Amino acid sequence: MADLLVKDREIVVPGQDLATGMDFLPASGTFRDNDKIVATQLGSVSVNGRLIKIIPLNGRYVPKRGDVVIGKIMDMNFSNWFVDIGYANDAVLSSKEISVDYVEKGTDLSQYYDLGDYIVAGITNVSKLKLIDLTMRGPGLRKLTNGRIVRISSVKVPRLIGKEGSMISMIKEITECKIMVGQNGIVWINGPDGQKELLVVEAINLISEKTQEPNLTEKVKEFLETRKKENV
Amino acid sequence: MYKKRSDGRKFDEIRPTQAKVGIIKRADGSAMFQIGKTIAIAAVYGPRELYPKFLQDHSKGILRCNYNMMSFSGSGERVRPGGSRRSKEISMLTESALSPVLDLSEFPGAVVDVFVEILQSDAGTRCAGICAAAMALADAGFNMKDLVSAVSVGRVEDKLVTDLDNVEEHYENEREVADIPVAIMPRTGKITLLQMDGICSKEQLSKALELAQEACKKIYAVQKKALTEKYKI
Repeated sequence: MADLLVKDREIVVPGQDLATGMDFLPASGTFRDNDKIVATQLGSVSVNGRLIKIIPLNGRYVPKRGDVVIGKIMDMNFSNWFVDIGYANDAVLSSKEISVDYVEKGTDLSQYYDLGDYIVAGITNVSKLKLIDLTMRGPGLRKLTNGRIVRISSVKVPRLIGKEGSMISMIKEITECKIMVGQNGIVWINGPDGQKELLVVEAINLISEKTQEPNLTEKVKEFLETRKKENV
Repeated sequence: MYKKRSDGRKFDEIRPTQAKVGIIKRADGSAMFQIGKTIAIAAVYGPRELYPKFLQDHSKGILRCNYNMMSFSGSGERVRPGGSRRSKEISMLTESALSPVLDLSEFPGAVVDVFVEILQSDAGTRCAGICAAAMALADAGFNMKDLVSAVSVGRVEDKLVTDLDNVEEHYENEREVADIPVAIMPRTGKITLLQMDGICSKEQLSKALELAQEACKKIYAVQKKALTEKYKI
């Protein structure tokens, strides 16, 4: 006998029972306690067949191997940069991992990336102690020049990108801005002028405020189009 | 004989309770919890790297709580600002009341800071602080096995009472009062904090703990409502 105790998309709190019986399986944000499945995070329930998971509404970014993130150079030494990617510890970018062929020993690393620069980097490894290794070798990984940076919660990144990129490509199309979204919730925006960039910032804030609402893509589209008309 | 409570409550009734989540926008998580005239706010910051390094735990993150009473929070007398022996104790027990539910294994070497401020005090501040802190941690999106609800129960003369207020805590005959703050994980009913100020018999204690379980169910309902309400469409 298996019973779902909550509705799909209902908001639950940690410790709330989600289902009884052995027919359901606990996925992320849940755990099994005897015959019950219990939530461990504040979020909305997502039932997919037999799997029950929680889509969190807030939370820090937890780095995973393979993620592409945007980070800020915070510190450097003779062979490494230390990059803030929104996690508790800074990530390490070794001079061996940058895209130029060879960095001579003793080179001043600031000629590649200086303090305060933003970079798009890939995560190559996350150790058990959560030491994070970055690389700049890969398509699209580079230093970011110009533009502006916005930070949102990393749990809202899937919503900002949308199904198969629908949301982000719509925003790009309407505002004519280049946008880059890191998995860690840091977003880089570069547009033809400041006003258009600010419009994107407003749209991003709207998305992170109204994450829960259905048909968000249409609402954001409407918002952008009316704002664009006002400005013309 | 204790016949009637000063505010006319039933002996097993808690004071009117309110809660709100997300009151401090810049914090990672925040909450307000009010029970009667006692108001506590809690803000969560982190996880961030913990210094000095020898305090770091390489298997999981550390919870660090700070309890503080605002200088204007007392009943007339100004509370001296800064830490005291009492606030240090309450900071520590807030930590130990919350750490059984909190899972910080994803943040080794890091610290999560919880600041609990008492805006207005009318007894039961440590319980209000724990309730607010638990909500703030949930709001910040941490993995938690359960919430934590806390209430103080106790004895005034011959009667067992729930949620003592300041008048009862400073009852004229102080030997006739026992104040027992209890924190409970509502799902399992397990206790994460149990203290007692005063004396009471073994039977009275187990009776009082039953009262605490009942009261915490009501407090849990308030906490849950506040947390889900923030994200209601």
